[in-house]
Amino acid sequence: MFKRTIPLLITATAGIVLIVSYFVPLAQNWGENVSVWFDILAAMAFILGGGNLLKMQLKKISDRRPGWGYGAVTMVAFLVTLFVGLLKLGVNPSVPHPSYSWAGEFNETGSIFWWFYEYTFKPLTATMFAMLAFYVASAAFRAFRAKNIEAILLLGTAFLILLGRTYAGVWLTEFIPEDSSFSILRLENLSEWIKDTFTTTGTRAIMIGVSLGVMASSLRIILGIDRSYLGAKEQ
Amino acid sequence: MYEFLRTLDRRWIFLLMLIAVTVPTVAGWQFPEKVSRNTQRAFDEIEKLQPGDRVLFSFDFDPASAGELSPMATSLTYHAARRGAKLYFMSLWPVGPQLVRETVAKVIKPEFPEYRYGEDYVDLGYKSGYEAVIKVIVTDFRKLYLTDAAGSGIDTIPMMKDVRSVQDMDLVISISAGYAGAKEWVQYAKTAYPDTFSMVAGCTGVQAPPLLPYVPQQLPGLIAAIKGAAEYEKLLNAKYDLLAKPAFVEGTRRMGSQLVAHVLMVLLIVVGNIVYFIGRRRGVTS
Repeated sequence: MFKRTIPLLITATAGIVLIVSYFVPLAQNWGENVSVWFDILAAMAFILGGGNLLKMQLKKISDRRPGWGYGAVTMVAFLVTLFVGLLKLGVNPSVPHPSYSWAGEFNETGSIFWWFYEYTFKPLTATMFAMLAFYVASAAFRAFRAKNIEAILLLGTAFLILLGRTYAGVWLTEFIPEDSSFSILRLENLSEWIKDTFTTTGTRAIMIGVSLGVMASSLRIILGIDRSYLGAKEQ
Repeated sequence: MYEFLRTLDRRWIFLLMLIAVTVPTVAGWQFPEKVSRNTQRAFDEIEKLQPGDRVLFSFDFDPASAGELSPMATSLTYHAARRGAKLYFMSLWPVGPQLVRETVAKVIKPEFPEYRYGEDYVDLGYKSGYEAVIKVIVTDFRKLYLTDAAGSGIDTIPMMKDVRSVQDMDLVISISAGYAGAKEWVQYAKTAYPDTFSMVAGCTGVQAPPLLPYVPQQLPGLIAAIKGAAEYEKLLNAKYDLLAKPAFVEGTRRMGSQLVAHVLMVLLIVVGNIVYFIGRRRGVTS
């Protein structure tokens, strides 16, 4: 009852209220309330996520599974960040409340949390993202082969976009006058044309398909036909 | 030579890419940009702002994509402030407020010292809930935002007094790197209330294709990737003559690295295919 029926009822009610509130102005307030509940749940999910992270990493460390050292680093980083953020270490009193040493923001400039963000989190995430360029270059050399017609089309489009999105494209085809009837052949115009015509058309078709799929899935969930979100045993 | 290329250690490719992105940055290579239609439209949309108009900035990205999005965030913030608009900052991403703070420190404080916090700009901070946040604030800010990022009561902030919801804004600008971001703003705010405010978005390169179908109906302008930022800087510099300030040519500067990296990618693909076809003729399977 508590594990099955109540979650099903909550889901069905929330789903129906959100649909009705979109079409019936009088019910708009109900929809807002459901969204606020969702926002509160999303905030609570952070606590749940933190707990789950600790549980998984502790298990990994206690079992001495391969890579358990990384688990230890994750746990230490998580706990230290949580500690300095919650206790507002290094935070100065705010202007409106000068007598309260904790009144400043947890992430204000100069605080320890800010220091972690500025000198650890920021460079690490930026580095991870920047490394993509190296792996993409390596993959381009090894895997991007003109094996068949589809691959040749893909390869040709990639060339046009790669060059057309930089000044290289302008420079290579600047001999074609901008005001001539052949100006579409300038690389920068070709890449725009591909983007506006083929990319947009393809994306639109995918979006319509996905939306229809989402509608069907949502209805199945709201009506209780699809119960996979309750866990594997409920499918 | 063929054998060397066939068995090329990928660390050589990494080294080439490192040189391709480092040399233009260190040497400060800059190339002219041709402004695309979508960027021009975004610029024109902000040019329409009148002094006192309200602009909501949603910083929906993190430091991982700041390299691509920060230059456009800088330019857009400058442009809106230059038009005399009142700026409302918020974020759907947990680390967005730090990026808001960086932009304020880089643009508002040095360029617009007359701007007062709470009267001309406000930082509403981050709220969890992704698109559900948009769904709520599009009809009522106060259901979610009781304070600003610093913890001051929302009703004590002068510029929030006449603002009930997103519908009271004149323009919404979402600078986004994924979910939740520009797409959700279009779906849950702009599409639901098409005539109440205008919208412009800035996004990463990979996020541009899913946003293109919304241009120009829901999104009059779209600034895509670092190229879009460089194009925007060109327009901004032409209109307001900011070339002497490094913060407003960041995108243009990064396009130098992008150009060389793209050319390198093309060369790598060509060489890779030559090796592949020679190998196929010789009967080499891998």
